[in-house]
Amino acid sequence: MEFARAFLVGGLICVIGQLLIDLTKLTPARIMVIFVVAGVVLGALGIYPMLVEWGGAGATVPIIGFGNVLAKGVIEDVNQKGLIGAFSGGVRAGAVGIAAAVFFGYIMAVVSKPKTKNKA
Amino acid sequence: MGTRLGKQTVRLDSKPVIQSWASIVGAKEGNGPLGRYFDEIVQDEYFGEESFEKAESKFLRETLSKVLMKGNVSPGDIQYIFAGDLLNQCIAANFGLRESEIPFFGLYGACSTMAESLILGSLMVEGGFAERCVCITSSHFCSAEKQFRFPLEFGNQRPPTAQWTVTGAGGVMVGKFGDGPRIVHVTTGKIVDMGINDANDMGSAMAPAACDTITAHFRETGLPLNYYELIVTGDLGMHGKNLCLQLLEENGIAIKEFYDDCGVMIYDRQKQRTDCGGSGCACSAVVLAGYILEKMSRRELNRVLFVGTGALHSPISVQQGESVPAIAHAVGIEMV
Repeated sequence: MEFARAFLVGGLICVIGQLLIDLTKLTPARIMVIFVVAGVVLGALGIYPMLVEWGGAGATVPIIGFGNVLAKGVIEDVNQKGLIGAFSGGVRAGAVGIAAAVFFGYIMAVVSKPKTKNKA
Repeated sequence: MGTRLGKQTVRLDSKPVIQSWASIVGAKEGNGPLGRYFDEIVQDEYFGEESFEKAESKFLRETLSKVLMKGNVSPGDIQYIFAGDLLNQCIAANFGLRESEIPFFGLYGACSTMAESLILGSLMVEGGFAERCVCITSSHFCSAEKQFRFPLEFGNQRPPTAQWTVTGAGGVMVGKFGDGPRIVHVTTGKIVDMGINDANDMGSAMAPAACDTITAHFRETGLPLNYYELIVTGDLGMHGKNLCLQLLEENGIAIKEFYDDCGVMIYDRQKQRTDCGGSGCACSAVVLAGYILEKMSRRELNRVLFVGTGALHSPISVQQGESVPAIAHAVGIEMV
């Protein structure tokens, strides 16, 4: 049941992304920024954490979950350290994701070569 | 010496001959509906090189040697080569042809470069400054994605109006003498900008330019609309093709039965999932040097108007919110 919920939430987030690609003139880069910012806003409002509670990895893995993590970190750090936490919290909370992206990105670049996705 | 017929069109009275032609394409183009017309199909998108840019240069270099071989001449017999591609500073041509020892003009006309080089090469022959010129262009899906959109490593999603850059190179040798298809009219395009600023919808940006040049060609030559058996634009794709037909009809030019687009012809859009169709310098080049000239030499086609179309934007101009200027050049090719 947990898998089904994660699938549903993650799938619906991707459907929104696909609809934005198909129906608007937004470039993929802009769509990605919109998702991150939306995650921050929904996280700050306390809406996204409810989605994470219900959908698990379906909500945390897509890029919008990264926005939520940024918001969460900022709220925590502001509570602990005051206003300076607005600058430290996001990067601290996102540290694992950011460092892992750089690390695995580097490893993949070393071991693989880029290719066309749709060759036929 | 050629006769100027109007602001944009020149009639070439000596009718320079397309003496030989060659095309090399990638796997996807080889699997398309025109696959059997190309001289060589290369399955490896790196073409045995270590980067896509080097691969593209190799496509160009190998195509040049095929053009020379089929024309039975050596590089020393060529007075000028006109070449171009889509990469910054035209490096595919600069590097691909650096060992050729042929006097070189590097051109940038975006995807219209094949028609542009054909016009310049044939004018050079008509003017008596060259006995033989080679006109050749290339493009590569992987290097063009890096140049204009995102590098493949990014794994970007493609929007449905995006076209697929053709991997390959096509070239022709234009000369004074011999048998073969002849270049009779050349119409040089003007830059046309209708204010479209979606860099993923080049077809719509280029259609008005194609319409402008085709209209000028018929107006200045006075030829009847049914003169050509095939009028073919470079890479408008499905959206752009329909828009071009519509714009031409508004100008009173009804050519629906004779009209096609290289970008639409080169792929099976449904089966190959190429969205709107093909694009890139090589798109019109390989359709010309593969399919069209082959059909003409068998006299299955006798009169063709080849209209290269190009979008003259850069990634920087798009980022700065500029619109997409476009151009189209027309070359009337006939079996005499």
